Amino acid sequence: MAGAAPAKPAAADILGGFTPEVFARHLASQAAHPAWWLERKRSAYARFESLPMPSRTDEGWRFSNIAGINLGGFLPAQGDATPPAAAALAIPTAATLTFRNGRLAGSAPLSASLTAKGVIASTLSDALARHPDLLREHFMAQPQKLGSAKFAALHEAFIEDGAFIHVPRGVEAGSPIVVVHEVSGAGAAVFPHTLVIAEENSRVAVVDHFVSADTSRQFACGANDLYAGHGARIAYAAAQAWSQEALSLQFNSTVVRRDARVQSLNVHLGGRQARHESLSQLQAPGGFSEMLAITIATGAREYDQRTLQIHQAPNTKSDLLYKNALLDQSRTIFSGLIIVDPDAQKTDAYQSNRNLMLSDDAESNSLPGLEIQANDVRCTHGATSSRIDPEQEFYLKSRGIPPKAANELLIFGFFEEVLNRLESEELHAALRSLIRAHIHR
Amino acid sequence: MPEITDTMATTIENPVSGIDQSSGNFKYDMTYDFDAGTGLNERTVDYISSVKKEAPWIRDFRQSALKQFFAKPLPTHWASKDLENINFDKIRYYLSQGLKPKRTWAEVPEDIKRTFERLGIPEQERKFLAGVEAQFDSEAAYSNIKEAVSKQGVIFMNSTEGLREHPEIFRKFFGKVIPTGDNKFSALNSAVFSGGSFIYVPPGVKVSHPLQAYFRINAENFGQFERTLIICDEGSELTYMEGCTAPKFSTATLHSAVVELVALKGAKIQYITVQNWSSNVFNLVTKRGLAHEEAEIKWIDCNIGSRLTMKYPGVVLKGRKSRGEVISIALANDGQHQDTGAKMIHAADETTSTVVSKSISVGQGRATYRGVVHIPRHLKGCKNNTECDALLISTNSRTDTYPAITVRGDRHAVQHEASVSKVSAEQIFYMQQRGLTEGQAMSLSVNGFINDLARQFPMEYSVELKRLIDLEMEGSVG
Repeated sequence: MAGAAPAKPAAADILGGFTPEVFARHLASQAAHPAWWLERKRSAYARFESLPMPSRTDEGWRFSNIAGINLGGFLPAQGDATPPAAAALAIPTAATLTFRNGRLAGSAPLSASLTAKGVIASTLSDALARHPDLLREHFMAQPQKLGSAKFAALHEAFIEDGAFIHVPRGVEAGSPIVVVHEVSGAGAAVFPHTLVIAEENSRVAVVDHFVSADTSRQFACGANDLYAGHGARIAYAAAQAWSQEALSLQFNSTVVRRDARVQSLNVHLGGRQARHESLSQLQAPGGFSEMLAITIATGAREYDQRTLQIHQAPNTKSDLLYKNALLDQSRTIFSGLIIVDPDAQKTDAYQSNRNLMLSDDAESNSLPGLEIQANDVRCTHGATSSRIDPEQEFYLKSRGIPPKAANELLIFGFFEEVLNRLESEELHAALRSLIRAHIHR
Repeated sequence: MPEITDTMATTIENPVSGIDQSSGNFKYDMTYDFDAGTGLNERTVDYISSVKKEAPWIRDFRQSALKQFFAKPLPTHWASKDLENINFDKIRYYLSQGLKPKRTWAEVPEDIKRTFERLGIPEQERKFLAGVEAQFDSEAAYSNIKEAVSKQGVIFMNSTEGLREHPEIFRKFFGKVIPTGDNKFSALNSAVFSGGSFIYVPPGVKVSHPLQAYFRINAENFGQFERTLIICDEGSELTYMEGCTAPKFSTATLHSAVVELVALKGAKIQYITVQNWSSNVFNLVTKRGLAHEEAEIKWIDCNIGSRLTMKYPGVVLKGRKSRGEVISIALANDGQHQDTGAKMIHAADETTSTVVSKSISVGQGRATYRGVVHIPRHLKGCKNNTECDALLISTNSRTDTYPAITVRGDRHAVQHEASVSKVSAEQIFYMQQRGLTEGQAMSLSVNGFINDLARQFPMEYSVELKRLIDLEMEGSVG
């Protein structure tokens, strides 16, 4: 039935700068790590090589600018010894890990008391030597269901290092553990990774901060794995502020066990084209996943967000709220899906995508989806795209507030609903000022 | 109010869901004077064209459509894999009774009248209805336009006659709202279409009675490919109703219609469908309307039967201040997949569209809502409101929602909401306490769920709908 077979794309189109020679060099640099790790990398590279690039007819890439996903001209980032340039988020922290071009460049260690309780905030390299079993169990262990299997394989093949956070049973880690991922240099490709394992009844807050040291074209292919054991609580926030010329592909996987709660917030500010895939698996009764996102789309940028909430057990809950503010000629895509498995009765799932249209040239695409196979559920979703309430706009005008300032007030008003869900006042304030700085840049 | 007592009394054939499917279980032997055989190739298309004594341009149109049909892949990258079970080589693409369309009731053959009897429409009501065009297999076997309507200058005939007698009106719009290559099945229809209605309403004419047509499939392995084109000239108004039930067959059968509506400036078209094909039918239909300035197109679409229905009535809002609306009701029982929805393409300023969809999944039935709302660049003041509600009756029922909403610019308001729920146990308990059986309570509850939409149907249709839901809900509990 298929039409004429398309011409076979050249290897450079599929691999970009990530050729077998480049991979062999990378693998040689990782030789100190255990054999199973290198073997995983080899098989990941084979997957990356064999999987096709996304095409126009892939439902998982519907509305995406596929031409923009071009791996040409990127090479794995080299080590860079210059001190990190990023301004730290003004929040109290339990520990800080700073990665530059994928390698640990600085850290503020955990307090002695947290270390004594067994909390770990370290690197994947360290964990490979000391906690290989935990790594084997949780590192990139979940399925890639949202379209980027090829790029997740690329991530696994080329990952240099990343953050490893482990909180033992019943321990509360207190203030957030902050992980800064910085990239520098034109054409640099980084593979940032944050792995968070919260054991039974533990509690941890983690913040990922993605920044570029310069404004050049870069490629970030990152992943994070959140695992919340029975009764555990994870509060995760990510601020994505890559260079405005960056291509960013980020994959999140969240596993929620019995009575566990995970809240994740992704703030998207950077990148020329940024795609974020988020998978929440509610695996046991009482689990709750709250998925939040804020995006400010400016210029001709594209933000492509794909989410999947899978309810695999009865009595689980998920709540998604993704808000996009669109300016200039920007584009956003939100494609969300709630899947309720046949036995997942008493599921309570919500999914909401709100697009604030602030320009006549901006374009929002919403694909809010449901696949429900159990009848005793409460599932709703909503999507809206509209401009500011004219009454609010009029009110601000009538008070003599200039249009630009009024717009800013309205954008913050629009995002406040999301930021208010954060438990930490300090993080709320820090993200607000990050967003303000972005608007005024 | 009509009652189908005989069907209520027949034995229940489907023990799993308790659906009484025997109401569609009748089939008459026919002498097919014109039969194109099974399978599809250029010769089949030539044969159909010759039998219908068509103009060369129509033959060329069919042949080019056939090429497009062969070239297009099945849309299984997003649609149900069940499509792969259609065996295009086993389908009869054309079948005609060789009967000339009839004008008066007395001339209609007895066996066809008997079929109507089984549909449960009393003679009284038939006469009342403005114009009944019942498609019996491929050709219209009976066609009656109420005198008053033709006096108003309304043209109401089957597609063959329409293209033959009024090419100056129909050729201009034919295949323009839905281009041949729109999808694989619109291409198929364009190659082998026969039957269907062609209607033209002159400027300013308001057709007070709804025009109505019943379609039936009545032969083994026989697909029906009707083609309907309705043109409402400036300021005119029309309501058209299409209902179908089909006999039960042992092998799958294919129904693939194309319906095009054109509402010129200020015109209003309301197109009502009640689809109740037997549960072996693939019902793959393309329906779209083109609304000019200040025109209004409303699709009321109710899907109860078939094995797989894929139908997304659309409106292209081409003129300023035009309005589009889709009201969709779907009921999916065991073995059924109702994949329905709506497409709203905004192409002018200040256009508004509304979609309300309610689906009910019973047993292992699957109901899917699939929608497109598209508001392109440099328009202003467009509005869309979409609501999808799904009701799941049994523990293993399934429902899906896949909308796609594209909005460009900051001068529009677009809203989509969907919810999934089950019948409230408290309601059922209350009704049972008042002496209703669980089945009756369930039926009342489901009818309540769709009541606000069903009320928009003409009375006969909403009665028929209520009866069909009662039938579907029988034995669905426990």
